[in-house]
Amino acid sequence: MVSLKELKNGFFISLWFVFLTFPIVVIKADPIQRTVIWRWHNALYMAIGTFCVYLLFKYFQYRKEHQVNRNDDQEQTVSLIHRILQKPLQRNIFIGVIAAFAVVFPHLFSTYQTNVMTTALMYVVLGLGLNIVVGLAGLLDLGFVAFYAVGAYTYALLNLNFGLGFWQILPLGGLIAASFGLLLGFPVLRLRGDYLAIVTLGFGEIIRLILENWGEFTQGPSGISNISRPGFFGMEFSLEQSILYTYYLMILLVIVTIFVVNRLQDSRLGRAWIALREDEIACQAMGIDKRKTKLVAFSLGAFWAGIVGVMFAAKTTFVNPASFTFLESAIILSIVVLGGMGSIIGVVLGALILILMPEYLRALSEYRMLAFGGILVCMMIFRPQGLFANIRRTYKFEKQPTAILPEK
Amino acid sequence: MLQIFFYAGMDYFIELFFSGLTRGSIYALIALGYTMVYGIIGLINFAHGEIYMIGAFTAFIVATVLSIYGFPLIAIVVIAGVAAVIWSASYGYTIEKIAYKPLRHAPRLSPLISAIGMSIFLQNYVLLAQTSDFLPFPTLIPDFDFMEPVAHIVGSTELVILVTTMVVMILLTVGIKFTRIGKAMRATAQDRVMATLVGINVNNVISVTFIVGSGLAALGGLLIASHIGQINFYIGFIAGIKAFTAAVLGGIGSIPGAVLGSFVLGLTESFATGYVSSDYEDVFAFSLLVLILIFKPSGLLGKATNQKV
Amino acid sequence: MKQPILDVTGLTMDFGGIRALNSLDLDVHSGEIVALIGPNGAGKTTFFNCITGIYMPTAGDILLTPADGSKKISIKGLKPNQVTEKGLARTFQNIRLFPKMTVLENVMIGRHCRSKAFIFGAILRTAATRREEQDILEMSYSILEKVGLAQFANEFADNLPYGAQRRLEIARALATEPLLLLLDEPAAGMNPQETMELDQLIKQISDEGQAILLIEHDMQLVMSLSDRIFVMDYGKKIAQGTPTEIRKNPTVIKAYLGEEVDA
Repeated sequence: MVSLKELKNGFFISLWFVFLTFPIVVIKADPIQRTVIWRWHNALYMAIGTFCVYLLFKYFQYRKEHQVNRNDDQEQTVSLIHRILQKPLQRNIFIGVIAAFAVVFPHLFSTYQTNVMTTALMYVVLGLGLNIVVGLAGLLDLGFVAFYAVGAYTYALLNLNFGLGFWQILPLGGLIAASFGLLLGFPVLRLRGDYLAIVTLGFGEIIRLILENWGEFTQGPSGISNISRPGFFGMEFSLEQSILYTYYLMILLVIVTIFVVNRLQDSRLGRAWIALREDEIACQAMGIDKRKTKLVAFSLGAFWAGIVGVMFAAKTTFVNPASFTFLESAIILSIVVLGGMGSIIGVVLGALILILMPEYLRALSEYRMLAFGGILVCMMIFRPQGLFANIRRTYKFEKQPTAILPEK
Repeated sequence: MLQIFFYAGMDYFIELFFSGLTRGSIYALIALGYTMVYGIIGLINFAHGEIYMIGAFTAFIVATVLSIYGFPLIAIVVIAGVAAVIWSASYGYTIEKIAYKPLRHAPRLSPLISAIGMSIFLQNYVLLAQTSDFLPFPTLIPDFDFMEPVAHIVGSTELVILVTTMVVMILLTVGIKFTRIGKAMRATAQDRVMATLVGINVNNVISVTFIVGSGLAALGGLLIASHIGQINFYIGFIAGIKAFTAAVLGGIGSIPGAVLGSFVLGLTESFATGYVSSDYEDVFAFSLLVLILIFKPSGLLGKATNQKV
Repeated sequence: MKQPILDVTGLTMDFGGIRALNSLDLDVHSGEIVALIGPNGAGKTTFFNCITGIYMPTAGDILLTPADGSKKISIKGLKPNQVTEKGLARTFQNIRLFPKMTVLENVMIGRHCRSKAFIFGAILRTAATRREEQDILEMSYSILEKVGLAQFANEFADNLPYGAQRRLEIARALATEPLLLLLDEPAAGMNPQETMELDQLIKQISDEGQAILLIEHDMQLVMSLSDRIFVMDYGKKIAQGTPTEIRKNPTVIKAYLGEEVDA
């Protein structure tokens, strides 16, 4: 099965990687203590690891080539989840199980776990928001975290300076973030894919730097603390109760978001976004105002980020600029890329995987960011459509009398 | 009284001027890599800043080891420099083969996302393999005696940086213009398909582009680390963005543009932080980038391209 | 004499120093099939791009007469989506479908400028929105039936064979209910069988009253379909007339063959 040539290639490739990584991985020099540590074992791990990865890669390549020959009808490979979702009875059972689990979750697990799950749910909503911009409309926004920050700081500042409460600020945070989305959207309307990406990245960084440096307004790097938690008709909560409450609020938000995004996807607006993503020129030629469509995508995406920002500030009761780096935008992008651009299920799962797994693999947590980077690269090369490629809506047609029933 | 003030002002101005030139030189060394890669495969190599960082780290490691074992300063400088260039070039070559080559025919966003992933990967790779601390970088360039009278305005390190960059620029321009591989690079940048058809090995040309660009970035990493005196796994990100701004400012894809843009950015940054405020230094660079891309994406020396319908 | 649906006068387009279109006049009347022919590089697609708003013409005017016979409007300088809204729909020389949308959805996109539902309509799915969606669905499906692609309705557009993709593009353009349908080399790359089917389709669409302006190189198709032909060369109109007239026109023959051929 594995030829001699491939073994030889693997050997030379691992040799190359040992050379490549030698200074950084093997040598640890301390100029102050004047010591040098030679970590030869790392070189060995590198060699073995690369060799194995190479063989694995060759194996998958082999499988893929042989699968294409057998599988002429690739459209048959609709995943299990989509098949479940398409049959109403199975779908309802599925949703019921998930709902029950979600409700019962905090009582089965510790407060800490609930907190972690709440964070994961926030990333689900963030991912769904970015999904509108990147997945549906095809606009690579690398500065999404800016809107998240705007929402969080809106609540923090209004709470700090005017004592306004969570529920009052929630819609306001979303709206202000949405207007920032418009603000970003206008100048970038004409920009092509990679330039758009860089400008949005710049925008995100500018927002963060302003938050960090405009101390008089934003309290600078030290951030704002003692932000009020969300209330319930003026009731006072203990810490534990508050965490529980926040968790249920997030569940609610996730449900609302999924509902809204689902509706948007299969609407006139959703189709316009996908047309924009697929071919901007043809899209315009078919009567779609690309400027309006882009602006709506930016502001809607920003709206959700703002809402989550408010929740974030309320949950952690503390905000500072360090939470809103480019890395955050990259993580949210990873979620959308991993899950599958435009796919709701994919984004939800992507967020849960990327946020929960590091928690449950505590031992490997320092490799978390390394894994993020690697995932982005690997997904683009091996499975650019993501875990769940977006399935378009199919329709059932009955002959007479022209009754067309949408089938899910 | 006024005379002293005037001279002090003049001194400060010249100091800022040379500081700006130095910044510009470093940006140029990095920006060239961006612009060459973009010119040839239309990709913004997000991970290029990390190549620069790895160059600095490799130089640091080699220099520290050699100095602990008692090598003379000249040997350390040369060996560390060569090592930085060799290893950065290797990283550049490998990254292209792993993360970009498979995506050459994919839609535009795919290699960009892959590049972002590579950038994050490399940052954390160095972080894990080395440390998150700021590491003190040895001063590899001693203070020259003949610089003594102007030492308070222009340092020896700055002089070396400027001279090195000038020499490198000239070599690169001559190389691109007169060597066979240089012509192949220009041809591939203009029309990749046609280049293949006339027998140019496009894969090799692309690899060479990455190798040269990475080598230059490594040189930049070595020089700036020696100048500033410390390195850290994150320096690639900011330097990368600024160098990219410089490349775009001058016209992405244009080598003279990258150099021009770098010096313009370096000087403007130096004067802005010197006379106005140093807090908003990075905001300035980012804002400049955003403004150029919005209003004149073709930059100072670039040409606006039209999309065929 | 009825007003022409499309009335182009003195259209000129300069790209830097190059005059791609030189004071071109062209008109299309209701129910007509007009063909625009000429050697490669004559400026035909440039002409299409000018009247559909992709380029801003240097000089001249482009007048469209709305369906209700009211005053003519100038569409010069309008953006492409506005032009489509006003009633010009086009297909592209290199097919530009939406590959990752289904065939039916591609056609539904054509209905975008004739419908209204926006954010809140989408989210709340009011009765009005649902009715509109139903109308879009029905109309799109019936257009698919008309062009013979109904059986592919739920397929991804990029899975279709080449000839079917061209027909899908036409269907999509038809969905915008255009005053004038612009076809840019619809027969390019088609085999004789497909070309014959295309001929039938275009005749069928025209019989239903649709005005059509097409650019085409396939002379047999042009002669078979057209009511009138305009001939371009080097950005200028060099002849216009019925197919019979054009076939015998010496200027046209010279433009295509380079010199007069003895009969």
